[in-house]
Amino acid sequence: MSALDVGYAAGCGAETGMRVRRTGAFRTRRDARRYWLLLCLFLGAGVAAVLGLILYNQPVPVDSPSFIPVVKRRLTSVTAMFIAALCHSFATVAFQSVTGNRIITPSLLGYESLYSFIQTSVLFFFGATTLVRFTGTGAFFLQVALMIGLSLILFGWLLSGRYGNLHLMLLVGIIIGAGLNSVSGFMRRVLSPSEFDLLQARLIGSVNNADAAYFPIVIPLVLATALAMFLLSRRLNVLSLGRDAATAFGVHYQAHVILFLVLIAVLMATTTALIGPMTFFGFLVAMLSYQAAPTHDHRYVLPMAFAIGFGVLTSAYFLLYHVFHAQTVVSVLIELFGGIAFLTVLLRKRSL
Amino acid sequence: MSTHAMHEAEIGSPPPLAEPRPERNRLITVPFVLAVFAVIALGAVSLFTGVYDIWGREDGRDMFFITRVPRTIALMLTGAAMAMTGLIMHLVTRNKMVEPTTTGTTEWAGLGLLAAYLLVPGPTLVMRMTGAIVFSFVGTMIFFLFLRHVRLRSSLIVPITGMMLGAVVSAFSTFMTLRFNMSQVIENWFIGSFAPVQAGRYEHLWIIVAVTLITFLYANRLTIAGLGEDVATALGLHYHRLILLANALVAVCVGVVAAVIGNIPFLGLIVPNIVSMIRGDDLRSNLPWVCLTGMGTITLCDIVARVVIMPFEVPVSLILGTLGAAVFILILLRQRRSGRVR
Amino acid sequence: MITLQNVRKTYGGEVRIGPLNIEIPKAGITSLIGPNGAGKSTMLLMIGRLLKMDEGRIRVANMDIARSKSNDIAKILTILRQENHFITRLTVRQLVGFGRFPYSKGRLTKEDEAIISKYIDFFGLTDLEHRFLDELSGGQRQRAYVAMVLCQETEYVLLDEPLNNLDIARAVQMMEHLRRAADELGRTIVVVLHDINFAARYSDRICAMKNGQIAAFGTVDEIMRPDLLTDIFETRIEIIDGPYGKLAVY
Repeated sequence: MSALDVGYAAGCGAETGMRVRRTGAFRTRRDARRYWLLLCLFLGAGVAAVLGLILYNQPVPVDSPSFIPVVKRRLTSVTAMFIAALCHSFATVAFQSVTGNRIITPSLLGYESLYSFIQTSVLFFFGATTLVRFTGTGAFFLQVALMIGLSLILFGWLLSGRYGNLHLMLLVGIIIGAGLNSVSGFMRRVLSPSEFDLLQARLIGSVNNADAAYFPIVIPLVLATALAMFLLSRRLNVLSLGRDAATAFGVHYQAHVILFLVLIAVLMATTTALIGPMTFFGFLVAMLSYQAAPTHDHRYVLPMAFAIGFGVLTSAYFLLYHVFHAQTVVSVLIELFGGIAFLTVLLRKRSL
Repeated sequence: MSTHAMHEAEIGSPPPLAEPRPERNRLITVPFVLAVFAVIALGAVSLFTGVYDIWGREDGRDMFFITRVPRTIALMLTGAAMAMTGLIMHLVTRNKMVEPTTTGTTEWAGLGLLAAYLLVPGPTLVMRMTGAIVFSFVGTMIFFLFLRHVRLRSSLIVPITGMMLGAVVSAFSTFMTLRFNMSQVIENWFIGSFAPVQAGRYEHLWIIVAVTLITFLYANRLTIAGLGEDVATALGLHYHRLILLANALVAVCVGVVAAVIGNIPFLGLIVPNIVSMIRGDDLRSNLPWVCLTGMGTITLCDIVARVVIMPFEVPVSLILGTLGAAVFILILLRQRRSGRVR
Repeated sequence: MITLQNVRKTYGGEVRIGPLNIEIPKAGITSLIGPNGAGKSTMLLMIGRLLKMDEGRIRVANMDIARSKSNDIAKILTILRQENHFITRLTVRQLVGFGRFPYSKGRLTKEDEAIISKYIDFFGLTDLEHRFLDELSGGQRQRAYVAMVLCQETEYVLLDEPLNNLDIARAVQMMEHLRRAADELGRTIVVVLHDINFAARYSDRICAMKNGQIAAFGTVDEIMRPDLLTDIFETRIEIIDGPYGKLAVY
């Protein structure tokens, strides 16, 4: 069977009668072909942008001894882009399916507020020198552990038991985030301008925040989580039908929802601690991937989401760094597009 | 409970509109008078709370009138305004979790302030206020537009979406502040505080009195507008005009407060909810209570803010932001237990 | 056999359902009727484990609903609620294919595909199988949902108001399909219905509920009595003999 045939449903129309009736992820052969074409296109764009980011505008010639260190440094940001794209795309798609709502993002659960709360309070209580030193592996994993821990408490508290309610949990997560934001907002106000600038760099997501020292642990962690999610994507398909249908099909809904939320928490916490907050990047990616992958089947949606996320992020960085020489932080621009996409979707939705 | 049943329950228990309830319709009751006295007492405490020794110092009397009196008046007006915006939004949307913080209106006001700074270097207070009002109006309109044409499966979706919308707007504000190096403007707005209030800087808040009067006059009609376009039209009301009016009232309150004081989170949510927990859902007759409770709550919070780390003070928005968040969560959990949230 | 023993459920301290004690025998169609708020849907949802009971025990084919593994239950019992919205766009065939999930876990085998085709054909959806659900009429969509739960090939099928929003022709068609599923495929179908006459025409047994209690349970002839129905619905109801059996007139 060729790659193009995977997941395609028997064509409808004239040749009825002779065909083998199959249930595929795509409605027509054309949809399937378009999917693979777009997937390759986005991955290709991603790879091209990566090559561009690494090789274009090299300050040193290839045979120079400092060529390898330069490439290495650039590889660090590219790896960070890979991690950000994987985390945000998988987490957002899975989150939207689990919650049955296509206009929300897992960033809402307060990871970003907690992250900026931690960063701000380190600066507030211990001063700038501590914040600069608050970067070791220990500090990094402390933050990841705190974020995952907080979300586990939230899920355990509000999702289990007879009153378990997903929307309520979401709303409580948002409100806790807002509460934390007002505390960190106050602390920020007391800072001197130089401290403020130092902090602001940390609070805006940027792949330049990433430190290669964490990669040996972060990469396996993220890859394993994403792989687990991909392997469970058939269950995600059923969960996206909602609680009643999933239960009727024998899927333990509550347990599976919590399982997926834990996986999502791991991804979100890791990327937020590594790169910083990016609220609407995941939303933008998820929205585009539903357009590009016209299927309910997460085995196809998830890879497409990753391809789009990676393609968008790397191309944006390449274009803004080397073509437009824009000093604007790339992620802020992506956030902006994500936000506009959100508004558009919001006003076009008929039912939620 | 099924979602279906929830809709039925929501539609099935509209606030008593025209039912004659003599004891409820009479405003001057013993508890109300007591509440008025309580708020007056809080106001008095507010007048005499502070580091500056207004009795001993020579210019104590002047300071009293330059800072203490304006601050207390500002507190009262802001409290009434923000609590009332919450109530108006509850009336119109029939959702008790809707208020400026949960619809993005606050963030739009912040963006409006920013726009004023961008368009005019060194804008006057009136310009900033206008910017904030116009943007709050547009923002609230967008949210109402969304609410009108979308079919909701859960009433909790509304605040979730609203806060998402707020996050979008504030992402945009962040972008602008970075681009034009004005982070401090937004940060200062985000932290609503009454510390800088003094004679000559707060008088625009008196606009709120006019808004309050209009709200009292239109409360019944706004309640009917909350029942939807069909019901409102059937009862001979101009639905769209009423929605615009509600929007304008909310936008003026939020905009004026944003320009003069800053961000005052969650007040519009907790005050009307607490009032209706105690007094029931008769929204119309709750209005004076909501204003009063709003005044009392914010004054109390401000006194706490002034006392807690004396001789310094914390911004009142910090107290309201954390306390409000906690109360909001408690309200949600209470509703969950009684099975009203799904 | 579906057995309920002292099943109780309380909503928000006011509405009480139960104690429910009933034995619904295997095979045939059993209709649940009664006024609004009588507890029909609650009982159905509790049997279908979509709603937790406060007290009591429910056994379906000797399996305790509260204690057995969800996936094991999904092989003997399925339930369809009256309103279904999915966030993803699904074709009819994809939807029906989900019915095989308890067996295949999403990896459809040749046998699964044959079973899916069988139920699509059974419900007359063959030509529509690659249409998206949102491209179908209400009646077609409802048939697709029912095809999905039948495709699960469970002994027991619970349906909550499957005739909701269907016009008379579609409603009759749906009941004919269910009748055939009971007769030809040997399913035990429990269905909540609003219309007494639909219940009388198509079911084998009727369970009448009122105020959270089971008021009467028996064959159609045992339940279609004027005094009994008048009492249950608190409206004067006469029974006349029609061409297809007894008819309630009110």
